[in-house]
Amino acid sequence: MRMGRIPIPDRLRRRAERQYLIARAFNRRRALRPVVNRTAQIRKNDILALVTMRNERVRLPFFLNYYRNLGVNHFLFVNNDSDDGSGNYLAEQPDVSLWWTNAGYKRSRFGMDWINRLLAKYGHGHWCLTIDPDEFLIYPHCDSRPLPALTDWLEASGRRSFPAMLLDMYPRGHIEDEPYEEGTDPFSIARWFDPANYTISKNPYYGNLWIQGGPRTRKFFTADPLSGPALNKTPLVKWDWRYAYVSSTHMLLPRHLNMVYDEGGGEMASGCLLHAKFLSTFADKSAEELDRRQHYANSKEYKAYHAGLRGGTDLWCSESREYADWRQLEDLGLISRGNWA
Amino acid sequence: MTGPVEVRRVRLGVVLLCHARLDVAAHMARIWVQGGARVAIHVDAKASARSVARMQVELSDLPGIVWSHRHTCAWGGFSLVRATQDAARLLLDSFADITHVYLASGACLPLRPVRDLTAFLAQDPDRDHIESVSAIDVGWTVGGLNEERFTLFYPLDWRRRRWLFDRLTDWQRRLGIRRRLPKGLTPHLGAQWWCLTAVTLRAILDDPRRAEFDRYFRMVWIPDESYFQTLARRHATRIESHSLTLAKFDHDGRPYQLYDDHALMLEESRCFVARKVWPEAARLLAHFPRPAGARPDLSAPQPQRIERLINRTVRRRLLGRPGLYMQSRFPRKDAENGKTSAPYAVFQGFSDIFPGFERWLTAQVDADVHGHLLGPETVEFGGRPQIGPGAISSSTLIRDRDPHGFLTALIRITTRMQAFQFSPRDNQALNWFIATDPNAHIHVVTGAWMLPLLASDMPFDDIRRVTALLQRAEIKQMDVLNSVWVKARVHVHELTDFLARPQEMLFQSLAHLPRLADAPTDMPQMRDLHGLPELLRRLRNSGLRPRMSGDGLPMPEIPLPERTAAE
Repeated sequence: MRMGRIPIPDRLRRRAERQYLIARAFNRRRALRPVVNRTAQIRKNDILALVTMRNERVRLPFFLNYYRNLGVNHFLFVNNDSDDGSGNYLAEQPDVSLWWTNAGYKRSRFGMDWINRLLAKYGHGHWCLTIDPDEFLIYPHCDSRPLPALTDWLEASGRRSFPAMLLDMYPRGHIEDEPYEEGTDPFSIARWFDPANYTISKNPYYGNLWIQGGPRTRKFFTADPLSGPALNKTPLVKWDWRYAYVSSTHMLLPRHLNMVYDEGGGEMASGCLLHAKFLSTFADKSAEELDRRQHYANSKEYKAYHAGLRGGTDLWCSESREYADWRQLEDLGLISRGNWA
Repeated sequence: MTGPVEVRRVRLGVVLLCHARLDVAAHMARIWVQGGARVAIHVDAKASARSVARMQVELSDLPGIVWSHRHTCAWGGFSLVRATQDAARLLLDSFADITHVYLASGACLPLRPVRDLTAFLAQDPDRDHIESVSAIDVGWTVGGLNEERFTLFYPLDWRRRRWLFDRLTDWQRRLGIRRRLPKGLTPHLGAQWWCLTAVTLRAILDDPRRAEFDRYFRMVWIPDESYFQTLARRHATRIESHSLTLAKFDHDGRPYQLYDDHALMLEESRCFVARKVWPEAARLLAHFPRPAGARPDLSAPQPQRIERLINRTVRRRLLGRPGLYMQSRFPRKDAENGKTSAPYAVFQGFSDIFPGFERWLTAQVDADVHGHLLGPETVEFGGRPQIGPGAISSSTLIRDRDPHGFLTALIRITTRMQAFQFSPRDNQALNWFIATDPNAHIHVVTGAWMLPLLASDMPFDDIRRVTALLQRAEIKQMDVLNSVWVKARVHVHELTDFLARPQEMLFQSLAHLPRLADAPTDMPQMRDLHGLPELLRRLRNSGLRPRMSGDGLPMPEIPLPERTAAE
C-alpha cells in the first residue's frame, strides 16, 4: 500500500503545519538572546509592534516616532547581528525590548521563527503589529483616529486581523540622488507610487489573496512576473498563542485570519504599508544583502535590483502618483474604510 | 406657549444603563445632573466592584443620583428590560416631580445642553418620543428577524450560542410553532433609546397585566427593542415615533462608533443625544455638550446628513465599488455588483478591414482608443507607451498573470471611456467576462481576421494552419456571444454583410459611443481585398471550410465539375 496516495484533508494538513511552525519557533527560542527585556511594562490592551531588523540605524528614530504617535505601546525588536549601532540605540529606548541573534536569517524562515516565538510568548491577547523598519502603516482615518480606535472597532466587529497591502514608494529621479537624513520623513523623498498595476489571485489552500505588481514587478520582473515579490500582508492581528505566521506576514494559520476580504461584492476595511525601501540607503543595502544571500528565493529580488540599480535606474514613470493622504489611496481603491464610518 | 413657564413644568429624569468604561459613564451622568436632570444609574452586575466604587466616589458630590439594583445584562436578553424597569421605578419613586424619563446608556453623549432638551419637550409635554414601528407592516430591523421575533421562542443567547440559536429557530419554523401574543398587544419595534412621559411610563410599570407581559417578552428576541415600544402603544396618548438619540447600526446590527472627526457633523445634526461614543475620543467628550445659549434652542434634530454618511458606508460594506478588485474586495464570479466600473467598447475585426482604424477612431470619439490590449506581442496601449495608464505594464506576461485585474484596473483608473481592438489572435481569457458585463459594447465583424493573411507571403500550408486556429478561436468566442448569459451589447456582423455596406455599418457601430463634435466624416482606408475569393476557395479545397466569413462572397468563375468534386 502506498501511503502517499491517501488524501489527507486540507484542514488536517493545515493544522499539522501550524503546530509544526509553533513547535519550530519554540525549538529555536535559544537563538534569541535578550539584550533588554522591558516586557514587564506591557499592560493589558497594549498594542505591540514586532520588528526584525539588521543595520537600520538611520531609519529607527523616525520609525519609532511614527508608531508611537499612532498608539503603539511597546516595541519588540529582534536585532539580527547589526554592526551599525542599531542595538545600542534601541537598548536606550524606554519602550523597546530587544533581542539579539546571529542565527541565519534564511534558516530562521526569514526571521519568522523569531517573530512567531515572541508573538506566542508576549503577544497572546494583544493586538500585534508585525512590520519591518521600512514599513509604515496607513489605515482609513489614520489622520484623525489613533491605532487603538481601529483595534477597538475591529474587536467590536468580531475581527481578529487587518490587512495592509505593501505599497512601494519611490522618489522621482534616481534613487541615490537625494540622501536620506536620519529622523526625517522618508516619504518627503520617496513620495511616488504606482496607482493601479496590481495583480491578484486567490490562494485556495491558505485562503489569502496573492497580490503582486507595483514598480518592482514593472521594472525588475517583466520577464518572470510570477517570481516578483508578494505585496499582500496581514500585519495587524489580535494574537493568540495558537496562531503562526507562515510566510513573512503574507499569510497566517489558522486560515480564517487570511480571510480579510469580501467575496460577495462588498468591501471590508483595509490599510496600506507604505514601503520606504527605495531610498539612498538602498543601493548599499542590496549589495550587502547580495553578499549574505539570506533572502527569499535565493535573493532573486536583490540580484535584480542590484543589476538594475547600479545603472542609476529610477522607478518613476509619468503614470506615477504623488502620495497625498489615505483618502487618495481609498479613492484609487488601494485601501477601503469598509463600514468604519 | 412661550418658554420659561413651560420649561419649569418639565422635570427630566434619566435612566442610565452602564456596563463598561464606567469612567466615561460617570462623565455622562455628570453632564445630565449638571443640566438639571435626575439620574438613576444601573450598572451591569458584571462590572467589577472596584470600578463601581470608583464611579460612586466620583459622583458622590452630585445630588439627584440614585443607584439601581444591579442585574447581569446580556445583549438581546430580557435582563436589559428588567434593569430598565427597576431603574425607572426607582427614579419615579425617588423623585415625584419628574415629568419625563429619558433612557440613555453610559456611552450616549448629550450633544446639546440638557436645557434645550427640556425646552423641546416642554413644547408638547404630553407627547411620548419613542420610535415604534409596527412589526407586521414594515421591516425596521437591519439584517434580523422581524415578525418572528414575536412568534417564536428565543431562550438562547444569540452572540454566544449562535449555532444552537439558528438550529432552534429553524426547528421551530419547521414545526410551525407560533406563539400567541397577549391579548390587546400589537407588536411594535423601534430603537431602544426613548423618552417617555412619567404618566406613560407609570402606566406601563403599573399595568395590572404586567406579569403576563413580562412573561411573554422574556422569550422574545431582543425585547429591549420591542417591550416599551409595544406597551407604549397600549398606554400612550400621543406618540411621536422617533428617537431623540442618534443611534445608527451597521449591517450586522452593531452600533456605529463616533470619533473626534465626527464633531462637526454631530454639531450640525442638532440631535440631543448621540451614541455610541468611542471612550477615548477625548476631543468629542470635551466638545459636547455645547454650552447653552442665552435662550433655549427649540430646533428639532436633523440627523439626515450623518445618516446619509452612515448609509453610504453601509452600502460600501455590502455592495462595494463596482469594478474594484483589491485586497479587501475580491468578489466571486457573478457576485461582483458591477464587473467593471465604466462603459467600454471592444472592436473586433475593424482593424483588420481598415488598417488605420485605431487612428481614425481616435479622431471620431471622445475616448481613449487602444490597439490590441490583449494582443500576443505586447499590450498595445493607445500611443504605444511602455507603461500605460495607472502604471500598468505593457508586458504581456504581467497582463496574462491576471487579465481580469488588468482590464478592470485600466477601466477604473482612467477617466475617459476605453475602446480597444480585439481579435481571435488575442488572449481569449476574458471572453466570458466581457460578454457578461453590461458595461461592454462589443462590435464584431466575424471572419475579418482573414484579411491580413491576404497580404502575407506565408506559404499556403501555414496560412491554412493559422486559419484553422483562428477560426476555431472565433467559433468558440461566438458560442459565448450567442449564449443566453450575455449582458453586454453585442453587434455581430458577418464579413460579407459588412463589406456590402461598410460605411453604414461603420458609423452604426459608433452610435453608442461619445462622439466628438467636429469629427471628420471621411472613411478610413480599406484594405485591398483582392484575392479573397480565391483564398477562400483554396482553403475550402484543402478541406477547411471557412465558416465565419459568411455567404455570398462573389466567387471566381469555377467550372462546375470541379465544385462537385470538392463537395
